[in-house]
Amino acid sequence: MLWIAIRMLTGDKQKFYGLLFGIAFSTLLITQQLTIFVNLIERGASGVYNSPEAEVWVMDTVSRTTDVKYEMPPTALDEVRSVRGVEWAVPHLRGSAAVRTRTGDLEFVEIIGVDDATLIGLPEVMIEGSKDVLSQPDTVIIDDVGITNMFADGEDPLGQRLELNDQRAVIRGIADSIPSFTSQVVLYTKYSQALNYVPGTRNRLSFVLAGVSEGETAAAVADRIEAQTGLKAETRDELARAGVDFIIENTGIPLNFGITVALGFVVGVAIVGLTFSLFIRDNIKQFGALKAIGVTNGKLVRMVGTQAALVGSIGYAFGIVGTVLFIWGFSGNPTFKGFYIPWQIPFISAVSVVVILAMTGYAGLRSVLRTEPASVFR
Amino acid sequence: MTDAKPMTGHQAATAKGVMDTRAIGGCDPTAAICARGIIRDFQAGQSTIRVLHGIDADIRSGEMTYVVGESGSGKTTLISIMCGILWPTEGEVRVFGTDIYALSDTELVNFRLENIGFIFQQYNLIPSIDAAANAAVPLIAKGMAVDRARRRAMELLDALNIGDQAEKLPRQLSGGQQQRVAIARALVHEPRLVVCDEPTAALDARSGRRVMDLLREVAVAQDRACIIVTHDNRIFDLADRILVLEDGGVTHDGTEMPEDH
Repeated sequence: MLWIAIRMLTGDKQKFYGLLFGIAFSTLLITQQLTIFVNLIERGASGVYNSPEAEVWVMDTVSRTTDVKYEMPPTALDEVRSVRGVEWAVPHLRGSAAVRTRTGDLEFVEIIGVDDATLIGLPEVMIEGSKDVLSQPDTVIIDDVGITNMFADGEDPLGQRLELNDQRAVIRGIADSIPSFTSQVVLYTKYSQALNYVPGTRNRLSFVLAGVSEGETAAAVADRIEAQTGLKAETRDELARAGVDFIIENTGIPLNFGITVALGFVVGVAIVGLTFSLFIRDNIKQFGALKAIGVTNGKLVRMVGTQAALVGSIGYAFGIVGTVLFIWGFSGNPTFKGFYIPWQIPFISAVSVVVILAMTGYAGLRSVLRTEPASVFR
Repeated sequence: MTDAKPMTGHQAATAKGVMDTRAIGGCDPTAAICARGIIRDFQAGQSTIRVLHGIDADIRSGEMTYVVGESGSGKTTLISIMCGILWPTEGEVRVFGTDIYALSDTELVNFRLENIGFIFQQYNLIPSIDAAANAAVPLIAKGMAVDRARRRAMELLDALNIGDQAEKLPRQLSGGQQQRVAIARALVHEPRLVVCDEPTAALDARSGRRVMDLLREVAVAQDRACIIVTHDNRIFDLADRILVLEDGGVTHDGTEMPEDH
């Protein structure tokens, strides 16, 4: 009977495609929007992920994320270095500046000053040039978002001179970094150089990045730093989480994406529910005839279940493929750089599809089960 | 205190002086269907409408029995009860000796699948599967593999002279061809009882007689019975037995139509 169920469904091409479209569209909307949402809010942690060597981030007690921070006095670095379990500790400066390009454009950039000696704080991978170029005077390394935002297509940024707070800066490398939440251009330079680029205040040290000794855990060392220095110390994961939470708590993004995801669900229910109920209504006489002939309710439930499973799985596959194509198609765009689909999102979409089909299938099934076989004689 | 039990259809028919050819009381041993005291009520808002008033009726094997009557006389309700798709409010129906309303729901559904073939007025073929698959539906419902069931159905479609139409969808067939597919579907699993609802309603006189001849040929045998609900007086002469229903009671049960009809 399942063969008949499938033929009944696929034979009515208009409704079959309508159902597929409903499920695929719903899956696409839910999966794509959740993917963008998750990847966007994860960018709240990009500052942490772009400095992979740091196991513990030490900051002023009022600092919250890599972008929402309050500068510390330079003595904080020595305090951290004196804590047991700290293998190394380096200064890290994060500030912003206005940059004037050669073409006269104005761009607000983030300046990241990394340790002069070890270059800890730079992204792990360079697209062009090497990290060592920072040893040359007035050098900055730009991130790949900056190339797109500040230079025309085909223009080579290497060797280009910029004006940063009346200071000369020369781009000598391109870093492969995760864009920030705002996709702001990032310029990496040595800590000592960054002090010149960022307008002066008495305290300039944004963070102290620390590594932990062998046999120690980052959490234990962070606790010890806090206890000993009175500063705030967080592990890499804790600060990353704080960056994500900050965006969730302080922007309307979760609500906006939530509304879109809910709309995806509602559209799915509406299209699939309407089409499925039309399909059932058009075939109600045939279902009644099958009941009269001797098809049990159990078999009818399996038939409708098979029909729902078929449109669900094909429509879901189309929706997921559509999302993958979307992400793949835009992967060259810095806005979508590094976007990936966490396995939880297709799982959530699958659950949504199951719920949509269960709701609409149940409504259709009820009318099938309530159809009296005797109605075929009327 | 007086006996308030209403007269059965049979008693009503006898009281009207209609010739009765059937034994009263227990079931006729040759009866394919034995219905006793069938009452059926329907709810219409607050009121209850009694459609069948205690009908007694036998359908014999080896015969083609017509159930005739005006619209609203209760013939569709009676036939639905006789073939196990509508529960009577009261009464007992034995089909080939089985008290069908004593069966569980699942047993009754399986009983229908094993023993009864249906030909509906609107045919109710599944529009998206071809004629052979439509004819094979009862076999597929019994669990036979689709290919094998289709082959069996093809043999029957050949016998009904529409073998060459087997791979066409219902919408590609004429009304007469669709009806033959419906007949094939009713017979493919070799049921002992075939129930037809207005099989000639949409056909001209010649086609109607041809269909009835066909049904007699394939559906009537010594151990089989065929019930036909009709009000088509062009084919009354082809019946072995005619049950006439009026206002929810059997007013005639004989081999020919009464003269006043």
